[in-house]
Amino acid sequence: MAYSDKVLDHYSNPRNVGSMDKSSNEVGTGLVGAPECGDVMKLQIKVNPQTNIIEDAKFKTFGCGSAIASSSLATEWVKGKTVDEALQIKNTEIVKELALPPVKIHCSVLAEDAIRAAIHDWKAKQGAAKPVAVETK
Amino acid sequence: MSTDVKTIPQGTNGHPEVRTQEQRTAANGVKLPVYMDNHATTPMDPRVLEEMLPYFMEKFGNAASRNHSFGWAGEEGVESARERVAKLIGATPKEIIFTSGATESDNLAIKGVAEMYKEKGNHVITAVTEHKAVLDTCKRLEKYGYRVTYLPVQKDGLIDLEELGRALDDKTILVTIMAANNEIGVVQPIAEIGKLCRARGVIFHTDATQAVGKIPIDVNKMSIDLMSISAHKMYGPKGVGALYVRRKNPRVQISAIIDGGGHERGMRSGTLNVPGIVGLGKACAIAWEEMAKESCTLAGLRNRLRDRIMGRLDEVYINGSMEHRLPGNLNISFAYVEGESLLMGINDIAVSSGSACTSATLEPSYVLKALGTGDDLAHSSIRFGIGRFNTEAEVDYVADRVIETVERLRELSPLYEMAKEGVDLKSVKWAAE
Ligand SMILES: Cc1ncc(COP(=O)(O)O)c(C=O)c1O
Ligand code: FES
Repeated sequence: MAYSDKVLDHYSNPRNVGSMDKSSNEVGTGLVGAPECGDVMKLQIKVNPQTNIIEDAKFKTFGCGSAIASSSLATEWVKGKTVDEALQIKNTEIVKELALPPVKIHCSVLAEDAIRAAIHDWKAKQGAAKPVAVETK
Repeated sequence: MSTDVKTIPQGTNGHPEVRTQEQRTAANGVKLPVYMDNHATTPMDPRVLEEMLPYFMEKFGNAASRNHSFGWAGEEGVESARERVAKLIGATPKEIIFTSGATESDNLAIKGVAEMYKEKGNHVITAVTEHKAVLDTCKRLEKYGYRVTYLPVQKDGLIDLEELGRALDDKTILVTIMAANNEIGVVQPIAEIGKLCRARGVIFHTDATQAVGKIPIDVNKMSIDLMSISAHKMYGPKGVGALYVRRKNPRVQISAIIDGGGHERGMRSGTLNVPGIVGLGKACAIAWEEMAKESCTLAGLRNRLRDRIMGRLDEVYINGSMEHRLPGNLNISFAYVEGESLLMGINDIAVSSGSACTSATLEPSYVLKALGTGDDLAHSSIRFGIGRFNTEAEVDYVADRVIETVERLRELSPLYEMAKEGVDLKSVKWAAE
């Protein structure tokens, strides 16, 4: 399979690799996928409770190069956005940005799921009355 | 045109220097990219090409043209190849039928027996780890009303002979079990299977595509009745192979699947691929001369690769028996690292992975699943196929690149982190399940 330059770049120099304290109230953690399926993404966000702005994001991914690139890109995109803005990120935008072929679309779906799961976790911690529905496509 | 061997460009380490990618060199002098996927196909041996070349131009005759020298030259090439193939496997030349490759040989053997012996019975036995050329042929037989038993394999990839014995019944007409597996290199107890089948009067076919020329195969000592061979897995050309068909003790008959001019004793019509057949013959002749020594060299390189990798990385698992294995094969799973991402990190090395992400179907290797390897480890597997032209320096380079990349990807892996934290990954409720 030929990879796009952007996938290769994220694969070789992944942005925001790492972990944050998942017990912290400011941190939301999303863990999606399953080892049996060959892809697991962990995406974490650190949110400023005053502004609802995502100040930091970290990821770790077990998956193909496109999955690594999708999650790396996702961390870049969520940073600086409010949680509600981050919820607007669509997997199709990731597909476009990374020029993913059709067989790799599910890797981008997983990245979108990871963002939602992380935000959901954070909102739950804030005791939000209306937690965001996490749809897994 | 010239057939002088010097006209065939030679790489430094014996590779015919026909590269499509730009040539780069690693720090230890290894030419990149390194080809270590010799189960998929092998590079041609320059000596094979040399023998083939005259048969494209000067000796272009149709081997079936009986009344002029052009035809005789072609026929001579074919008949000498037939002798060489036969010699390598302990057969007689008349027992060798040339085909377009092992896929065709498998089809011809299985469908040919099924049709020829349908009055006798309708039951066929095979194993779950067979190549698709066998499995899908058996599936087709099922559509035609045959009964097929797919034997499971044990953890080491070997079939259980007792289970085979129990599966045989009075309607069984064929047992088809491969000699060596293309993914894990595991070598089945062919002689024992042959003996069992012979005792029960059942025809035994073996797909020996990966085995012939790599390990000793003798159709008489192993009681083999039908055997598939392919040239491109033994340093010969692609698109040519053979089917061994036993002629006596007992005589085995098969129906043709390709009808026409009655070539190859009516078992396989079609004008013979003379240059290809000559190439297969030469590949067999070289294997006959060099196999014993070469298999020691390959096993040495393979063990070097294994020891270097396993000396540096933990949680690395070998798939399949190490004892009953082709000398050039190593198939290992690197826990917590997905195979395709690993291939991407070692992109100047040509190997394969059992990961679903590398397959069109998004299913991990059915061979590894059959061993009971968890899906997670199947996704993490890499197949190394070491061949005639690989060097020690290449093995070291490959080992070091693999180690470095696995270490990097484990740092990136949430599973590795969880495992280090003592989380039992099996007990986690995964969202996608
Ligand atoms: C075990 C086995 N059987 C059959 C085949 C098919 O061989 P061919 O490419 O000659 O059709 C292969 C090669 O992919 C193989 O490894
Ligand atoms: S994780 Fe399997 S294709 Fe991307």
